[in-house]
Amino acid sequence: MDSGPVRREIVIPGELLGDKNVKPGRGTFAEREEVFSSLLGIRTERYGRVGVIRLSGRYMPYSGDLVIGVITDRGPSHWLVDINAPYPAALHPMETPWRVDFGDTGRYLEIRDTIIANVLSVDEIKHIELTMQDRDSRRLVGGQLVDISPSKVARLIGKRGSMIAMLKDFTRCRLLVGQNGRAWIDGAPKDMTVVSRAVEMIEERAHMMGLTESVRAFLETEYGMRAGPRPR
Amino acid sequence: MEDVEHIEKKMKLIDENGLRLDGRKPEDLRPIRMEVGVLKRADGSAYLEWGGNKVLAAVYGPREAHPRHLQDPTKSLVQCRYNMAPFSVTERKRPGPDRRSVEISKVISEAFDSVVFSEQFPRASVDIFIEILQADAGTRCAGLTAASMALADAGIPMRDLVASCAVGKIDGVVCLDLRKEEDNYGDADMPVAMIPRTGEVLLLQMDGHLTLDEFDKAFGMVKGAISSIYEMQKEALRKRYAVTAEEFADQPEQAPQERPPPPPPESEEPREMPQEIPPDYEEGQQ
Amino acid sequence: MTEIISELQRERVYRLAASGTRSDGRTPEEVRPLSIEKNYIKNAEGSALIRLGNTEVLVGVKVELGEPYPDTPDSGVLSTGAELIPMASPVFESGPPRPDAIELARVVDRGIREAHTIDFKALCVTPKEKVWICFVDMHVLDYDGNLFDAASYGAMSALTCTKVPASKIGKEDYPLPVQHYPISVTAAKIKDVIVIDPNLQEEQIADARLTIATDENGDIRAMQKGLRGSFSYEEINRVIGLALKASEVIRTKIKA
Repeated sequence: MDSGPVRREIVIPGELLGDKNVKPGRGTFAEREEVFSSLLGIRTERYGRVGVIRLSGRYMPYSGDLVIGVITDRGPSHWLVDINAPYPAALHPMETPWRVDFGDTGRYLEIRDTIIANVLSVDEIKHIELTMQDRDSRRLVGGQLVDISPSKVARLIGKRGSMIAMLKDFTRCRLLVGQNGRAWIDGAPKDMTVVSRAVEMIEERAHMMGLTESVRAFLETEYGMRAGPRPR
Repeated sequence: MEDVEHIEKKMKLIDENGLRLDGRKPEDLRPIRMEVGVLKRADGSAYLEWGGNKVLAAVYGPREAHPRHLQDPTKSLVQCRYNMAPFSVTERKRPGPDRRSVEISKVISEAFDSVVFSEQFPRASVDIFIEILQADAGTRCAGLTAASMALADAGIPMRDLVASCAVGKIDGVVCLDLRKEEDNYGDADMPVAMIPRTGEVLLLQMDGHLTLDEFDKAFGMVKGAISSIYEMQKEALRKRYAVTAEEFADQPEQAPQERPPPPPPESEEPREMPQEIPPDYEEGQQ
Repeated sequence: MTEIISELQRERVYRLAASGTRSDGRTPEEVRPLSIEKNYIKNAEGSALIRLGNTEVLVGVKVELGEPYPDTPDSGVLSTGAELIPMASPVFESGPPRPDAIELARVVDRGIREAHTIDFKALCVTPKEKVWICFVDMHVLDYDGNLFDAASYGAMSALTCTKVPASKIGKEDYPLPVQHYPISVTAAKIKDVIVIDPNLQEEQIADARLTIATDENGDIRAMQKGLRGSFSYEEINRVIGLALKASEVIRTKIKA
């Protein structure tokens, strides 16, 4: 198509991406000898594989994902967790670092508690199991939650974590981002508000040029200084 | 269905120059304006003005299907609710679904059920809401056209957008896109929804009187209109995310925190529908 | 369907409200930006599209001929309804009106009726036989908190641009006679903090809610307390004061 720098264009469901010489990737489907987009998104091409990065859409859990969840129900031997997916997720005591006696689940996690966990498994009919065995898993206290579209989480993290690092450096807040479109921020109230507004900015402009520069400029205005983190 | 011949024609719908009440030629569409992403809470939304119609469409989903006994363990439900606001019509309509709304909801649900890749979301539901705020004939076509964009806006994977338009017959002449008076006093009305790319007809209803030749002519006319409307939908969707190309090249498709998900389970049965490559399938991780 | 709000979010929203700068940057007494678009729906005799922050309500007024109530044979009739359509929020379901939709309609109606907003006598066509009936239908499109006020502002705005379609009975159309302008202002109480025009997050964690409708003379025309918490007498007075203050600017916007 282009001989110059790789151009990324917005494609819509049903748009033709290539013929049988092209390998279909994420967000595409094949019909007869042609490959089409199944999503509204950005067309990408890597190593001969054509895919579509979606611009919106709800969170679909995959095994291994880091997620931030809210306990919505509990029974004597399990908890139900809202992870912003089309289905509730289950957490069982043996997947936590605690020794939980039968009926004693409330001692460790109560309804409305917030946790960091990982998706352990998702089966064919989308039963989701979580685990808190990871070293970083825990119950979160204090701070605040901020929502972002799951399709924009990658932008919030940035290339090799660069965006997250910039936010943390300027605001000195702790920042954890779940694949499920929830982020947890902890720091001084004013700094948390700055992070929250930066996240809003990323949400609005994730698909636009110059996002990193815009966020940096915003942070610099808030903290009144040129590039670089504050002295600790 | 009413017997059209017995309705007294109160006005001439086509004048001596072959023009209609609003000056349109038989093959002319009314002005259409589309906007995507107009609501804050819905997962996807679109607003559409089509002649005197004002239509709002919104999508929630996929989300857990309720009540549980309606859940399908193999795929998502695709459910549409078409509703007219009480003030949308000349004589106030009592709130709540009437039989007409229930029927329209059903045929639109079926149209979208055919294009959504619902196997990706077992036990869930994709809920589509169409609200007619102001009505001027052709509301189900306007609603369906808007809902199609709302689905795309919500990130629902689909085979294609669906576009819809109606064609009818007034004063013996086959005409596109009837307005209210033409619909009330005309001889036939036929709403159609299609995927222009494949030519599949996903919604077809008709009432009135058409000869076989008239039907052919009408279908040809509405097919052309649907293609134009499809181009408008694409334009509106692109506009929502106005440009950006090179910047995205810098962003990782897989961020450091992501771990590569497992490939999907193999499926032996042949499927009627084209098999979509599920988004988690990627071989040769670098 | 209820949404479970995490404890840490509740704490955060409360702390912010208590600090004087709310989660959306407002002070406890500030109302969100209000935009009004009148005559939005041509098929209706009057209409208005309201945006209060991100809450969006479309109100249509249909004026039709009907019979008067037996005890007021020479008065027109006002009938107010509200629909919380499912597209406005993930927690709104299809189906017949639930208690919150009914309460919303009745509270908005009360504010308008008790202020004698409409001159009902001017809606009489033939005493005991025929009068004009005003159907006010409030259609919630996008729910981001405080439907009571958004819907009420929509209803008032729509009424101010409503035409009685008297041409249907061989006379001339005339504007609906609006003689008073009640303005509703709602407060939410979160633990011990009171905020005006609660946004969605604040409404989700509020313990109590109080709506006050006041007229242009500074008198109270309607009140409604909601939710399971309580207000002290001092708090009620405080809310009345805040309502009076906030209502002035809003009244000017609606009359414009």
